[in-house]
Amino acid sequence: MSAQVSPIDEVKTTPWSGGKSPFDVEYGKMMMWFFLLSDAFTFSSLLISYGALRFSSASWPAPDLVFQSVPGLYDSGMPLVFVGLMTFILILSSVTMVLAVEAGHRMAKKEVLWWMVATIIGGFTFLGCQALEWSHLHHEGFWWGSIPNAEELKHLFKGGTEATYGTYAQQFANLFFTITGFHGFHVFSGVVINIIITINVLVGTYAKRGSYLMVEKVGLYWHFVDLVWVFVFTFFYLV
Amino acid sequence: MSSEPTGAHAEHGEHEGMTKKKIIQIFGVLLGITVIEFIIALWLVPKGHIPLHWANPIYIVLTLLKAFYIVAYFMHLKFEKIGLALAIIVPILFIIGLILVLTNESHYWVDLRPKL
Repeated sequence: MSAQVSPIDEVKTTPWSGGKSPFDVEYGKMMMWFFLLSDAFTFSSLLISYGALRFSSASWPAPDLVFQSVPGLYDSGMPLVFVGLMTFILILSSVTMVLAVEAGHRMAKKEVLWWMVATIIGGFTFLGCQALEWSHLHHEGFWWGSIPNAEELKHLFKGGTEATYGTYAQQFANLFFTITGFHGFHVFSGVVINIIITINVLVGTYAKRGSYLMVEKVGLYWHFVDLVWVFVFTFFYLV
Repeated sequence: MSSEPTGAHAEHGEHEGMTKKKIIQIFGVLLGITVIEFIIALWLVPKGHIPLHWANPIYIVLTLLKAFYIVAYFMHLKFEKIGLALAIIVPILFIIGLILVLTNESHYWVDLRPKL
């Protein structure tokens, strides 16, 4: 028996030489990442369709004329104020979620609980704002398959031929309600999942398990919802 | 692929990087970017300081920057193993492909629309 090990028998320790997971991440967390990747594809196809239809149109409803809702002061003439608030709320709830994850690493049950509650409140506030935004547009006459009358449409466009306004406004309405609706549904499911996880934190499931990894996993989902909103916000409201 | 030894150190490393201070910092960055977007949309463009065809690419760059901060820090991808990060990021290239194809296609559709 010689102490010399031939190079071929040497045990390799690189991530991909077997014996352990090269990603070094728990199964559920990895699967959450791959689910989010597939969801990213779904949202991208929706947003890219929006972009393609918009680029191929000669005119398009101007965001700063369409989105002027502030609760209590409809058509305030202050564009984007309300949606700015919504964006702020969602980013804030993303922050409280990271703080919950951070508290989970320290096994601080109480802190996790309160940050999760804050995240849920943020989620509900966002959904409430979304509902107001929808009802505002609905009162203006926008819905799937319906648009305001020709007289009102004139005030929502900047330039372009009046005869084409109807077609483009209809495309805008369908895409807006479909895409923000799909995103809103994600926020809603996120809130429901957050509530389930918070109940589990409350009854001490994760304290018993010795790890708050589940909080991290729903955290990933919640940040993804925030991430999608960042894109929806840019393409519907800014561009 | 990094060949750093795994084990006790790696287990620690997974939670490294996101202290409370860091979280607040990233929040500040995200908020700052959003404020810049609003300044452009509500002030610089209407007052004519920046033409609209400049503003749009700026919005997109700022949005991608925000996306980077959310994914890298909040979603912790920066601190995961490089293999996982690549498995998530590389497929996104397909989306860029779709964007290129459809924006190109949509310029063609414009010409197909009846001229009014």
